[in-house]
Amino acid sequence: MISIEGLSKTFKANKKNITAVDGMTLDIKEGEIFGVIGYSGAGKSTFVRLLNRLEEPTGGRIVIDDQEITALNSKQLRLARQEMGMIFQHFNLLWSRTVKDNIAFPLEIAGFPKMEREARVQELIDLVGLSGRENAYPSQLSGGQKQRVGIARALANNPKVLLCDEATSALDPETTNSILDLLVDINQKLGLTIILITHEMHVIRKICNQVAVMEQGKIVEQGDVLDVFLQPKQQVTKKFVEQIMGTNEDDSVALLIDTYDEGKIVQLHFLGETTNQALISHVARKFAIDINILQGKITQTQRGAYGTLFVQLSGDDREIENAVNFIHNETSVEVEVIRDAN
Amino acid sequence: MQTDIFANIDLQDLLEATYETFYMTILALIGTGVFGVMLGLLLYLTMKDGIWQNKYINLIVAAIVNVFRAIPFIILIFLLFPFTDFLIGTIRGPNAALPALIIGSAPFYGRLVEIALKEVDKGVVEAAKSMGAKTRTIIFRVLLPESMPALVSGLTVTVIALIGYTAMAGIIGAGGLGNYAYYFGFQRRDWDVLLICTIVIVIIVFIFQFIGDFITNKLDKR
Repeated sequence: MISIEGLSKTFKANKKNITAVDGMTLDIKEGEIFGVIGYSGAGKSTFVRLLNRLEEPTGGRIVIDDQEITALNSKQLRLARQEMGMIFQHFNLLWSRTVKDNIAFPLEIAGFPKMEREARVQELIDLVGLSGRENAYPSQLSGGQKQRVGIARALANNPKVLLCDEATSALDPETTNSILDLLVDINQKLGLTIILITHEMHVIRKICNQVAVMEQGKIVEQGDVLDVFLQPKQQVTKKFVEQIMGTNEDDSVALLIDTYDEGKIVQLHFLGETTNQALISHVARKFAIDINILQGKITQTQRGAYGTLFVQLSGDDREIENAVNFIHNETSVEVEVIRDAN
Repeated sequence: MQTDIFANIDLQDLLEATYETFYMTILALIGTGVFGVMLGLLLYLTMKDGIWQNKYINLIVAAIVNVFRAIPFIILIFLLFPFTDFLIGTIRGPNAALPALIIGSAPFYGRLVEIALKEVDKGVVEAAKSMGAKTRTIIFRVLLPESMPALVSGLTVTVIALIGYTAMAGIIGAGGLGNYAYYFGFQRRDWDVLLICTIVIVIIVFIFQFIGDFITNKLDKR
């Protein structure tokens, strides 16, 4: 769907060249939610602007849906842009227009007649959940509502691709979640490819299928979100994963072993698990053992639960052994014995 | 001997002078608005990182604007006599004042327009570009509507200067309240005429200020 080869952008500032994007190559599949994460200054904002040539690339190729974006002249580029939606950190709505007229703006640009515009705008307002606010001005809306207008506006021309430039960074956590839910909803309903850049791992975890980690204009790590969560390779990626999972405290495991001196302590790894959510109660019912949850963190990704749980199993040794074997053989949860029963 | 304090005032003359002042102000205002917006847009679009970035055009337009703003208005009128004569066919009367009034105030308004356009959020322009808007669309659907309150309040400031200019033009034969005040008030030492002209001009200024403020507030949805 989208293929990017050797994409580069160099800025000239004070006679010095600053390379913001440095030879990026990646492929994005149709219908995917592709996240790009990096700290500020990593070049991710420049990257997303290169995709619709709001910034002109200094090198490389961008092909979207068999159309070579980097080869278009300015008229063709304008038409191509009409098939790409973009939402922004600061919403960038026209304050002089109502919600309705803001959403109608891209349709005016594309030259739709008034009647068609009105019908389409109403559809979009319903889609993003802003019914009743059609005639409000942006200044009368909350941040989350403004971003909903931004999303409706970006979707007006039925784009194939939605570019999100830090779309939730100016919003509070609760509003961020509702906007992310809306993006997932749109992705599923319309089969739209979404490319979003962010500095919050939470956003990647919650909605992305694929993630690329950027540092100094380059992709340093890329892959399935769950894989990157499980095995972060680069230092920067590990830091981002820690944002969600907390640090992996080795000393706290030692503390657990000291404190709970009875029974067997095991660590359960949930790896994109959706079918065994009720694992603990299931095991407790099936085997005559007590399960005590000691410590852990489970988080939800687009491919299910991911995280670890430390539990203490106490009771008959044979039963404990059976329970561990059951989890190991019958479920996709990984078991690691931290300490055998004394 | 009359005791009436406004003994020397001929109501017919006063009304005619007021009408001429309004006539000159409103026509010059329209011209100033059109040319000022054009100059302001040109300055804004050709500036660094602008849509039509062009150092030379920007420099030339800025130079013209600065030169015409530097010339005192009364001297500008004299300088423009040949041009006015060519354009209007006379150098007397309200119509003959229009070229000087417009050329005198359009550069000033042009600068105010440029400032107003620079205040438009760059993100909004970028959003319009990302939707595939033409430059024309960006100018007429984004830049001008988004800066409209500032454009109107700038025009209000300009029109007050314009009313002052019409009075000056009046002294050298353009008609209007300036003309009436000078010939019938000052030269005949009929101070009541001078006073009434002042009062009428102040009222006209207040009317334009009130209308300008009202429209600015109505337009501003921020």
